[in-house]
Amino acid sequence: MSDLIDLTIVEAREGLDNGDFSSQEYTQAHLDEIEKANKALNAFILPTPEKALNMAKASDERIGKGEAGLLEGVPLGIKDLFCTKDVRTTACSHILDGFEPPYESTVTSNLWDAGAVMLGKLNLDEFAMGSSNETSFYGPCINPWRRDGDDTQLVPGGSSGGSASAVAAHLCAAATATDTGGSIRQPAAFTGTVGLKPTYGRVSRWGIVAFASSLDQAGPITRSVEDSALMLQVMASHDQKDTTCVDRPVPDYRAAMGEKVKGLTIGIPKEYRVEGMGQEIEDLWQQGIEWFKEAGARIKEVSLPHTKYALPAYYIVAPAEASSNLARYDGVKYGLRVEGDDIISMYENSRAEGFGAEVKRRILMGTYVLSAGYYDAYYLKAQKVRTRIKQDFDAVFQDVDVLLTPTTPSPAFAMGEKTGDPLEMYLNDIFTVTVNMAGLPGISVPAGQSSTGLPLGLQLIGKPFDEGTLFKTAKVIEEAAGDLPEPEKWWG
Amino acid sequence: MQINEETVRKIAHLARVKVTSEEAKALESELSTILTWVGELDEVDTDDVEPMTSAVETAMKMREDEVTDGGYAQRVTKNAPMSEDNFFVVPKVVE
Repeated sequence: MSDLIDLTIVEAREGLDNGDFSSQEYTQAHLDEIEKANKALNAFILPTPEKALNMAKASDERIGKGEAGLLEGVPLGIKDLFCTKDVRTTACSHILDGFEPPYESTVTSNLWDAGAVMLGKLNLDEFAMGSSNETSFYGPCINPWRRDGDDTQLVPGGSSGGSASAVAAHLCAAATATDTGGSIRQPAAFTGTVGLKPTYGRVSRWGIVAFASSLDQAGPITRSVEDSALMLQVMASHDQKDTTCVDRPVPDYRAAMGEKVKGLTIGIPKEYRVEGMGQEIEDLWQQGIEWFKEAGARIKEVSLPHTKYALPAYYIVAPAEASSNLARYDGVKYGLRVEGDDIISMYENSRAEGFGAEVKRRILMGTYVLSAGYYDAYYLKAQKVRTRIKQDFDAVFQDVDVLLTPTTPSPAFAMGEKTGDPLEMYLNDIFTVTVNMAGLPGISVPAGQSSTGLPLGLQLIGKPFDEGTLFKTAKVIEEAAGDLPEPEKWWG
Repeated sequence: MQINEETVRKIAHLARVKVTSEEAKALESELSTILTWVGELDEVDTDDVEPMTSAVETAMKMREDEVTDGGYAQRVTKNAPMSEDNFFVVPKVVE
């Protein structure tokens, strides 16, 4: 029954309800695949097979009684940034060694309430800080994709590299992920999967290890647009425990997908045509424009003049918020403790040993920009630039319904290729970070392949809380792109 | 913006992260590069622009001031590297 792992969630739900197979069989098929592939990919850092099979059994009973939830019996991977009750949660950092949360995040609670099954915890860049999943304390995660005729190991992107790699390699039906500057969409583009970052406030952040609180947002990585809509349907909710989580009804996203795009206006922001962007990315973007024209949409070139300032502003705001959020890791309440002569040296030793190089870099950067005398020049300035970026979007959304851009300036790169230069790594998020700065929803959809046979993605950016239009337009790309190839199973 | 090793050490201490001299040297050049790059923001005219405080305009939520959770010190201290009788244990802080 190995083909069970190839089903989309929507297909699997039908099969489960029809009694074609049980959730236990469906779950076991994924556990077998994890067993086969995980050594090579390092996508799961903690598989939980026993828990998975128990949850699957309970799902089968509910299906039998006709009480199936929206995701009943569907096995998922969970990014190790989501707290899972009594299941080790580390954010892939040494400093959270052995942490077993006594509570469950709101997002994962919503998923389990809808009947989903947990296969285990997925790899990520330490504290979600990275664009290649190479900063994980548990070792890098590997992209299931390789260049044609070349066995160089490629990164899956980051920070949600484990989520993207596991979904692309069919180790789980879908995965949870989080996006602070592009951490859902960039890995989705690198692995040929669908990655959605919802509007800030659509999904509760409660119980998710915090990185940059004004930017962080959770979303799904899936193998189809419809699965993405179904996952968001369940993940989104109002939550008393997160004051930034909005109190507005969750629309029926799948219903919105059936609507036509004829008459919609698609904006093409000219500032996204950046220097050094490959010709094939440019061609893919043009192809996307043609697809929308054929579907009856109008195309309009627009300008977002502050685009180039989004990334530098991000590298003030995100580290500043991170330095504050990560102050809680002090060797007292949980995780790693390294003793010292007094309490200060105990803090300093624990944090020196517990945090990796990139995390330390960002904590120090954040501490610097928030320190006395620099706050106005850096943090306040960056927050004002952020207002400018948001005003750009507000203005163009007067005239267009959605924006179309490439997701990344290049396809997946090789392990170690960009680890020497932090700035070069940061530039990966150039097309995705603006969306976080403005709090907007964005989705990356597989749209084609590079000349070397690697997946490429196109990004759609929507108005606040207009995820419905994103799904509807993403479906146009998905259908026009047709059956794209799957990665070869080189892991045996 | 260039920063020196002394500044790196000062902010590392503020952030309570011990750095080796090797790390301090590397951070000196990395942070200087990043700070020079973010200096591009000076080009943006932000006179009369309010700083963004919330990505989506929302009204502050209010709720009754009452206890809604708690009463399980054992669960709270369960993950502590050192604890005793539901208290966190730290090195001596008063002489």
